[in-house]
Amino acid sequence: MKIILKKKKEKSYSTGKGLILFLIPTVVYLLIFHYLPMSGLVIAFEDYNSYQGIFGSPLAKNYGFANFINFFNMPNFWLIIKNTLVISVYSIVVNTILPIILALFINEIRNKHFKKTVQTISYAPYFVSTVVCVGMIFAFSNYEHGIFNTIAKFFGGKPSNMLESDTWFSTIYVVSGLWQGLGWWAIIYVGALANANMELHEAAVLDGANRLQRIWHINLPTIIPMAIIMFILSVGNILSVGFEKVFLMQTSGNLGASEILSTYTYRVSLMSRIPQYSYATAIGLFNSVVSMVMLIAVNKIAKKVGDTSLW
Amino acid sequence: MVNIYKKDKIFDWVVIIIMGVFSVVLLLPLLHVLASSFSSPEAVNLGKVGLFPVNFSLVSYQKVFANKLIMRGYLNTIIYTVIGTIIQLILQFTAAYALSRKDLKYKRFWNVFFVIPMFIGGGMIPTYLVVKSLGMINTIWAMIIPGCVSLFNIIIIRTYMTSMIPYELQEAAMIDGASNFRIFIQIVVPLSKPIIAVMTLYAIVGYWNAYFNSLLYLTDDSLFPLQRVLQTMLIANDSGQIGGGVGNVESELLAETLKYATIIVSTAPILLLYPFFQRFFEKGLMVGGLKG
Repeated sequence: MKIILKKKKEKSYSTGKGLILFLIPTVVYLLIFHYLPMSGLVIAFEDYNSYQGIFGSPLAKNYGFANFINFFNMPNFWLIIKNTLVISVYSIVVNTILPIILALFINEIRNKHFKKTVQTISYAPYFVSTVVCVGMIFAFSNYEHGIFNTIAKFFGGKPSNMLESDTWFSTIYVVSGLWQGLGWWAIIYVGALANANMELHEAAVLDGANRLQRIWHINLPTIIPMAIIMFILSVGNILSVGFEKVFLMQTSGNLGASEILSTYTYRVSLMSRIPQYSYATAIGLFNSVVSMVMLIAVNKIAKKVGDTSLW
Repeated sequence: MVNIYKKDKIFDWVVIIIMGVFSVVLLLPLLHVLASSFSSPEAVNLGKVGLFPVNFSLVSYQKVFANKLIMRGYLNTIIYTVIGTIIQLILQFTAAYALSRKDLKYKRFWNVFFVIPMFIGGGMIPTYLVVKSLGMINTIWAMIIPGCVSLFNIIIIRTYMTSMIPYELQEAAMIDGASNFRIFIQIVVPLSKPIIAVMTLYAIVGYWNAYFNSLLYLTDDSLFPLQRVLQTMLIANDSGQIGGGVGNVESELLAETLKYATIIVSTAPILLLYPFFQRFFEKGLMVGGLKG
């Protein structure tokens, strides 16, 4: 009897070790597609050429910082930073506040079927691809027969192609982003509100609080901590405006507002006939470093002001 | 229990009206696209179509389904989506399972190993150079493997497993001599249904809508996924060649309607799919997302 028990104990011990088998495939993936490219960052300090490879290429001038210096001294440097920040800050402000308001509204819908319908509809645009979304913007703003211009003409306005001007770029970007994401971003808030403390509401009703007062004093404080975390994460990514959508929305007419860090990186490297790999990697590294600093800074501020923090 | 909603009829109606208008506004762009796709090319080109088809016509759909580029892209996308989704789910769930187990060896090390890439990355160029040196350029693997694992998702899945699956259940199975593999398949997977549903939808949508990888890694147009074909059509304004074979004026006339029909054909599968997953959204996202 004793022997059998011992045997079983050994077996259960060995299962913990065998878990490594479950990790191996993903670990290999991470090593190749995340850790290896991280080491590839060294080319930011080199004059990379494909013959000598990542670790054999010569060091760049100025102790390896020539690529960074070139970037900072580029005539369009401030324009690109400005464009990136405008799009980013605009998105962060709008995308942090509006989903909260939507969630508060959805939470007040008492008819279950209507509530579910509103949610289903608000999720739909999230599943439309970026290419299609941008394609729709192009079709709608077509000079001759786009719906935007039909509407503009109806109200006596002059037809114009909004995508061909700098003025409207960031607004089109943010509004179409809202159309796609608003409902989806509200999900976690709606979930949190559904789990909110019912006793608090009951107590508030007994004390004579109306719906608006309860939304303000109970529901809103329930979701604010989550909203702060979302906000911290998005500020950390303040320079990493998604490449895909901006790139697709670029036209020769709006480049003055639409050239951002990631599209510029692509333009000087993979899109160019003489790809400047080292220069492009230096820009990417600059972006990552700024992101890290921002993330840590905002997190510190949030910790001091509220009690919310990422770590 | 106190009725916390009493005497608020007016408030309820205000909420219903605002949310009703909001939902309709969200649907307007899609309705306009749908109406345009079923309208005659003449009506579309004159900007006559609003929210209902004008001179109902199926010409554009016939052209879309007869178009080799689009159909090739469609097939490619289906292949990438099926293979990619399977690989992605296997990688994410096996890793998340191991990380969710208390008795994983060197657990602290592995946690750090999985978190670091969330904050530091090589970026576009170093990743491109790795993919290139692996010989993946212009192969289907370029569309499937790079970016196939989301560390954020792994953490959500892990959190779901640790908080929703009682550890005692696994321990009991271990004492009965079940192998890790058996515990994973027979206990963990069946208990993870909501999160599996959410992750499956993520994977399908991700691959279906993928564009970036094709831009970086593909130049061979027989491998182009649907989204890449759409980009040349909708944005680079090459739809002339899609109506190809017809007289120039006619194909130009068709070009705009074709765009709308292609949008519908490419987006419909996903839009019809997600409502079936909807009941898992909140549960799957909340548990993993909040504590993670």
